[in-house]
Amino acid sequence: MIKIDVDMNKCQHYGQCVFEAPEVFQLNADDKLEYQAQAPDEMLADLEAAADVCPMQAITITQA
Amino acid sequence: MTDAPLLIVGASMAGLRTAEGARRAGYAGPIEFLGAEAHAPYNRPPLSKELLQTEGHGHDEVAFPIRSALEQGVTWTLGRAAASLDISRRVVIDEAGDEHPYRALAIATGLRPKPLPVDGHALTGIHVLRTLDDAVGLRTSLRPGANVVILGSGFVGCEIAATAAKNGCAVSVVTQSAVPLERALGPELGGEVRRRHEAHGVRFFPRDGLFGLVGDPCVERVILSSGVMLECDVLVVAIGSDPNTEWLAGSGLDVSDGVLVDGGLRALTAEGAVVPDVFAVGDVARYPNPLFDGVARRVEHWNLPTETGKRAGQLIAAHLAGENCEPLAAAGFAPLPSFWSDQYDMHLLAFGMTYLADRRELVAGALDDECVVEYHRGDALVGVCGIGMRSLVQSYRSRFSVPTAAV
Repeated sequence: MIKIDVDMNKCQHYGQCVFEAPEVFQLNADDKLEYQAQAPDEMLADLEAAADVCPMQAITITQA
Repeated sequence: MTDAPLLIVGASMAGLRTAEGARRAGYAGPIEFLGAEAHAPYNRPPLSKELLQTEGHGHDEVAFPIRSALEQGVTWTLGRAAASLDISRRVVIDEAGDEHPYRALAIATGLRPKPLPVDGHALTGIHVLRTLDDAVGLRTSLRPGANVVILGSGFVGCEIAATAAKNGCAVSVVTQSAVPLERALGPELGGEVRRRHEAHGVRFFPRDGLFGLVGDPCVERVILSSGVMLECDVLVVAIGSDPNTEWLAGSGLDVSDGVLVDGGLRALTAEGAVVPDVFAVGDVARYPNPLFDGVARRVEHWNLPTETGKRAGQLIAAHLAGENCEPLAAAGFAPLPSFWSDQYDMHLLAFGMTYLADRRELVAGALDDECVVEYHRGDALVGVCGIGMRSLVQSYRSRFSVPTAAV
């Protein structure tokens, strides 16, 4: 499994991650980020891409 | 030279993404980073914001994590600038005269700020902002009550102005344009940005420039072209950037404005021939983007070092595996630029190349609140920018596509 952490002190809800991994990251009706804390290993490339494009570099991806 | 590494000149975000991209595409051989800065790759946007207002923040707060794929087989040569490139011997020579051979070379030397346009008389108190060291040096000067003059009103100038105002400085912005961010966002949004800065006490001196400086040994006053004289403890020069390509002079690469590359990020000669084994990524690369037109441009938006690095890494891995890269290089490279800016409580988010537009249209909200502005060139949508309204701005991503005729 892959563990996903978003530092909500850094996150400014730009939603760039949503485009790379919509299965895990979404903007809700208030334009705030919501995400799942775990994802299957085969999503690694998408999740790394999501972490890469985060303007605030708030996303940490860890392979358990 | 089969043992020679993938040499990445510029220990930057673009360089890092190139290395990761090459590993992801199967390249397991050695990688060397040669970087002029003393620091491992770090994220630059916080330099004009959080890092500039938070005492004690340094490299730890902005460093990119080094992923496991790069924990082995990677050499970091930092604090050492490249001095020249010899493509016939496949070697980069650094400023100390040491040679760095390569099997493949990725040029990621980025940009540096344009210098003060008038004689600085060796005064202290004059700053630019590009590197971590620049930011740390500037931070200590942004004391409450300090008179800060910012030359230039692009994104860097505006973000420094907002941070300095928040720090309690008396901020003046001197700019050639009529409103801040005019070239990037047009007069309507630019005017609104000015209004919001002025609400925080920032003074603007539009259509003006710097005539001269007074002080000894620290700058004390600046004289504007209009004759206005401003008290000045800190002068920040933020009037754009130049590509770091001097070290490539005489190498055979086209470096007339950055490093000219094809859609495969492969360096080209002035005659348009592909230079063997040499790629360029990030801010220093000039390439066509068929999302817009066929004109090769340097584009300085934050997501493009990642986009160019990933693609170059993929091509480099294929190239070093002995594969024919032509089909991969010929498959169009059409990254959608994205950029954002935080100033006070205003969050700008944009896609595309807004500055290509000949027409702008407010399509949602109001300028003095939250809004979305579309940017058109002729019939084509070339950009979108919002203040807030992120879901709506995000929804535009799918509306940028390569015209069929250009594929």
